[in-house]
Amino acid sequence: MSNWTASSPPTATEPIRTQRTNRGLGMRQRRLIGLGLTYALLLVGTAVLMIPFFWMISTSLKSLDEVYIYPIQWIPSQLVWANYVDVFVKVPFARYLYNSAFIAFVAIIGNLLGSSLAAFSFARLRYPGKLFLFVVMLSTLMVPAWVTMIPHFMLFKWLGWLDSYLPILVPAFFAQPFFTFLLRQFFLGIPLDLEDAARIDGCSSLGIYWRIFLPLARPALITVAIFSFFYYWNDLLYPLIYLQSQDKFPVAMGIATFRSEQYANFALMMAAATLALLPMLIVFFLAQRLFIQGVVITGVKG
Amino acid sequence: MPHPNGGNLSMVLPRSKLARREALEGYIFLLPWVLGFLAFHFGPLLASLYLGFTNYRGSTAPQWIGLENFQRMFADDPLFWQSLKVTVLYAVGFLPLGLVIGFGIALLMNQKVPGITLFRTIYYLPSVMTGVAVAILWQFVFHREYGVLNHLIGFFGAEPIAWLNNSTWVLVAFVIMGLWGVGGGMIVYLAGLQAIPTELYEAAGIDGANSWQRFWAITIPMMTPTIFFNLVTGLIATFQIFTTAYIMTQGGPNYGTYFFSLNIYYTTFRSLRLGYASALAWMLFILIMTLTLLVFSTARRWVYYAGEKAETA
Repeated sequence: MSNWTASSPPTATEPIRTQRTNRGLGMRQRRLIGLGLTYALLLVGTAVLMIPFFWMISTSLKSLDEVYIYPIQWIPSQLVWANYVDVFVKVPFARYLYNSAFIAFVAIIGNLLGSSLAAFSFARLRYPGKLFLFVVMLSTLMVPAWVTMIPHFMLFKWLGWLDSYLPILVPAFFAQPFFTFLLRQFFLGIPLDLEDAARIDGCSSLGIYWRIFLPLARPALITVAIFSFFYYWNDLLYPLIYLQSQDKFPVAMGIATFRSEQYANFALMMAAATLALLPMLIVFFLAQRLFIQGVVITGVKG
Repeated sequence: MPHPNGGNLSMVLPRSKLARREALEGYIFLLPWVLGFLAFHFGPLLASLYLGFTNYRGSTAPQWIGLENFQRMFADDPLFWQSLKVTVLYAVGFLPLGLVIGFGIALLMNQKVPGITLFRTIYYLPSVMTGVAVAILWQFVFHREYGVLNHLIGFFGAEPIAWLNNSTWVLVAFVIMGLWGVGGGMIVYLAGLQAIPTELYEAAGIDGANSWQRFWAITIPMMTPTIFFNLVTGLIATFQIFTTAYIMTQGGPNYGTYFFSLNIYYTTFRSLRLGYASALAWMLFILIMTLTLLVFSTARRWVYYAGEKAETA
């Protein structure tokens, strides 16, 4: 029963007798063939998806001569680790990493605070106009960032925030619609009894939010933190618009300029790309279960 | 009461003291969103709508020019049409393929075979790796002489393709790159597949339905809400593709990847035509809205909600 998708159509039309005798063998064989096919497909897909990564790492460890050999070399004849050192020597890559980590850290704190407060309000407090406001919030998810880009730029320029992290970090502290929605879905699942008991004991809404909802929502908060990390680590548009000094660049911006300087040196660029992806890979493997859960909450229950 | 609207709201608010207190707290907790909405969404939205009807260039005060920006867009701006064309072509190439392949992989991932969770991780991984680093990595995968892709298609006897230097192939290259991230949709499908009650399949099995019939009569209808979700979110994201094009091709070759968002970006920060760029941004917004509403309007015909149906039955 659990293998319903793997097995082929049952042979219901066959005469009962032959069906009885053939079934054991036929089913087992079919199941084995199905299993073999499944694994074959899975492995082909894995190879296709992993080739770009493999190519990146392989190129990052080649000497420049070997990068430009035709036909291509799959594996470097000797591993040139110096490429990775060069990335740090030729550009302030350590600085970029630090900047990215700083931006992501502050923005994640902001996202968690702002979004969880609004989510608590939407999930657990009763007041007139709540549904309307909730719909308004969800509808802002449809507004492309391009529509607000120019007024944002004018606003932040007027505030004197150009070439600083403020245009990136300050908005992070106001509830993000997507994260608010995700946290609200999670908060809705927390039993009412807990809240009622706390209220009877004289606990305020702020106390309930801080002492009951936040601790219980840890998996959802971590999910938000991960999504948020990936967003701020990858984002190019905002740094591109607002940052001018190279020592303020995050990794995304840093390797974008690196690319225009070292256009021909693919070995170095691949080393830089590998280094930029590494933190995301680590976070992904540490937290993939929660990450996938977050997708489930928004995609199916929403 | 400290709430600025306390006086006005007292008529609408529930009478009891406790309920009023709760409502007040509700609004206060919502402040992070309300303020952010006004400052970073609603206000800027109105501002850019206004700018779209002006000739603002950043230096002098914006001047109202009515519909001129929109007239120029349609009648007198080949780059607008070019950006619209490549964006739509990319969406038409990528979205259906992405939906079908993502669904197919999810079916494969739903099999209960040993080691499947490892495969799920592997297939999901590329979809979260985005941004500049991935754009650079693909740039070398697509390299005409030294790229791995031309080497691979060489095994099948194909001639090397100038992926990023040919205005037709470059869109194919972007679709391939998009499909690499199909794992994101796959995870959503997988969650949908696992939410289908197994009783449905058991009942169908007892009735003698084969797995093909079960797939068409149960899996597909039960999955339509998930397909719908992936279609709408995919649509909104696909029409805003930016980073990969900005890094890999800067809109080229010959404007072959001059996507709508690139047009807005360059019009804003290179030509400094802020008024016209605002009009373009609104055009993109209207385009996405229209398409989304179109999809929503067809939903009644093909999206099946199990809960809804039960009420009428």
